[in-house]
Amino acid sequence: MVMTGADLAVKALEDNGVEVIFGYPGAANAPLIESISHSSINYILSRNEQGAAHMASGYARVKKCAGVCTATSGPGATNLITGVATAYMDSIPMVALTGQVATPLIGKDAFQEVDIIGATLPFTKHSYLVKDCAEIPRVVNEAFHIATTGRPGPVLIDFPVDVLKQICDPEDVDGADINLRGYKLPGKANESQIKKVADALKRAKKPVLLAGGGICSSDAVKEFNELVDATNIPVISTMMGVGVLPSDDERYYGMIGSHGAKRANIILNRADLVIAMGSRLGDRSVANAKGLERANKLVHIDIDPAEIGKNMQPAIPVVGDIKDVIKQLMPMLEGYSVRADWIDEVKEIRGMLEYTRPHNDNGFVDPKYFLERLSAKTNSDVYLTTEVGQNQIWCVNHFNVKSPGNFLTSGGFGTMGYGLPAAIGASRAQSELPVIAVMGDGSFQMDLPELGTMKQYHIPVKMVLFQNNRLGMVHEHQYLHFKSNYQMVNIEDGPDFNKLAEAYSIRSGYITENSQIDKAIDDMMSDKESYLLVVEVDPFEPTGDALNENKMTAQEED
Amino acid sequence: MEKYTLSVLVENNAGVLSRVVGLFTRRGFNIHSLSVGTTVDEHISRITIEVKGDVYMVEQVSKQLSKIMQVIKIKTLKESEMVKRGLVLVKIKTNPKNRGEIIEVANVFRANIIDISPSTLTAEVTGSGNKIDAFIKMVEGYGIEEISRTGMTALERGANTLKLDK
Repeated sequence: MVMTGADLAVKALEDNGVEVIFGYPGAANAPLIESISHSSINYILSRNEQGAAHMASGYARVKKCAGVCTATSGPGATNLITGVATAYMDSIPMVALTGQVATPLIGKDAFQEVDIIGATLPFTKHSYLVKDCAEIPRVVNEAFHIATTGRPGPVLIDFPVDVLKQICDPEDVDGADINLRGYKLPGKANESQIKKVADALKRAKKPVLLAGGGICSSDAVKEFNELVDATNIPVISTMMGVGVLPSDDERYYGMIGSHGAKRANIILNRADLVIAMGSRLGDRSVANAKGLERANKLVHIDIDPAEIGKNMQPAIPVVGDIKDVIKQLMPMLEGYSVRADWIDEVKEIRGMLEYTRPHNDNGFVDPKYFLERLSAKTNSDVYLTTEVGQNQIWCVNHFNVKSPGNFLTSGGFGTMGYGLPAAIGASRAQSELPVIAVMGDGSFQMDLPELGTMKQYHIPVKMVLFQNNRLGMVHEHQYLHFKSNYQMVNIEDGPDFNKLAEAYSIRSGYITENSQIDKAIDDMMSDKESYLLVVEVDPFEPTGDALNENKMTAQEED
Repeated sequence: MEKYTLSVLVENNAGVLSRVVGLFTRRGFNIHSLSVGTTVDEHISRITIEVKGDVYMVEQVSKQLSKIMQVIKIKTLKESEMVKRGLVLVKIKTNPKNRGEIIEVANVFRANIIDISPSTLTAEVTGSGNKIDAFIKMVEGYGIEEISRTGMTALERGANTLKLDK
């Protein structure tokens, strides 16, 4: 039997368990699409390649496998880039398949030619330009292996169209076995380093666990919870770690960082031992890196050795998979429990900063209260995606996330336009739990055409759109740092979002008062299909209720 | 800032060098010199990189390089435990009067005269970075037409080698 390069690629995708591919066709990846149509794999046509990449990311995070997306050469491939970079920054497993101009045309500035390998070098875990169809099975197998093992990440395979069309006798295929001698996966963590962590914990008066996204990537949520159950150590998290303990767990003190909870930042500063697990310790999480270093109180556990010492020099470095590290650490902590006076202290910090907001009706809905109600009414048994901006921070601080796998957000790259397509991917990956996309009216308009994808494939997504006619976070930034000189942040006279939903035959609702919240949520959640709920929000609603404690007032706009 | 020498074994295939060099640009590391060539195993190349920085930076460089799939092995070589050489070709302005004098200077440096013309002379010097610098300084006075200089290449002293893990 003769096969084409595309057939070999699709066969290899099937062998790697791929069930669905998100993408957009063009001349260069057309042979691939043709082969997919004869296979067990389904495809979802996005409205822009960027949407396809984000869908693959949302799918990957829910299905816990590599998400697959495809685009044609040139502009198709460059449109894909933002999605690939987003996946890279959050360590999401992804395999991106791009078409390329025919091999003899490479380098000739052919129609729709771009060096996509070169363009994506900085933000792919690895990439391949396939020169011969005999390499295809091995390359595809390696791509999935690299994307899903160690610290996960995106891998891009660039297929010149002539290689996809090339007739290949399966006899000539030079083996499908992975051959990666340069790929170094970390083994078992160094036992003596873990012993040092245990000893430091026993000596510490005020230890805290700083949970990052690595706990979710390494599927160690259960082990992490066991560690907290056994030791009672207070937990704070980065954005990617939100949900390691349910947000309402009394041992969880919130997200740290510039938009985090004030209590979490205070606890980070007061602690005398910070055990960071699966976190890059990025600039938005830990502003005062030098302070942590000087206090000599940082334990850094990560699967990627390059993360250790990149942003901060830890007192005790541990390289290893979080899941294994916790398993190694647990027996060493037999009988250990955190000191009661530290627990009293952190509880006091929480009490100090706990306050209730008035929920007065003033022509706007309080988005924080809305999210608390949404969380309560759904019992948080949902997949929640967010966009980037105020809506994202409101979700982190006011939605009770039960598990990090249920909270899909662009943490590292901060990509507006992520949430809507990611929700489509998440919904395509499972049908057990509803998927809610929380968005701002700015970010919604970034990938808004994907409403068409949602509708075409009957993928139900509950969309909550906080409308304030502003790019809210930048608006607030200009208030705080540019003397209220509001420029390039006004998006008034935008579309009537309810009419827009109607144009896509998507049912919708619109609320302006807190008293309407509960009924609106019921209407949205009881709908069997996609639903858009437009929630009118005060443009001067602050992002935080901790760091920017002074509520902005409309008068100050003048 | 100190100078460190990294010896890196990589797969000998297309695009490896751009991955290595791109990483330096992207992460803000400075390459002081670089040289590449194949090894006994034709599938493996050795890249020798000199970088300037502190010990933490060099550790980061090494860890980041390790993440490149085609990078097989890396070692930071200690100054006292390696031999390191570079090569320079210098085209020096000459005239019949000073030609002999220049050749004498070249002999002191054990340089080879590899080309000669009525008005120029091309010398080849192999040695440590300091030796090459010193030679260039010595002949500067005669007028240098052109210089072509390689990056440094290095091996560990003694029986130590950068072996592949089987």
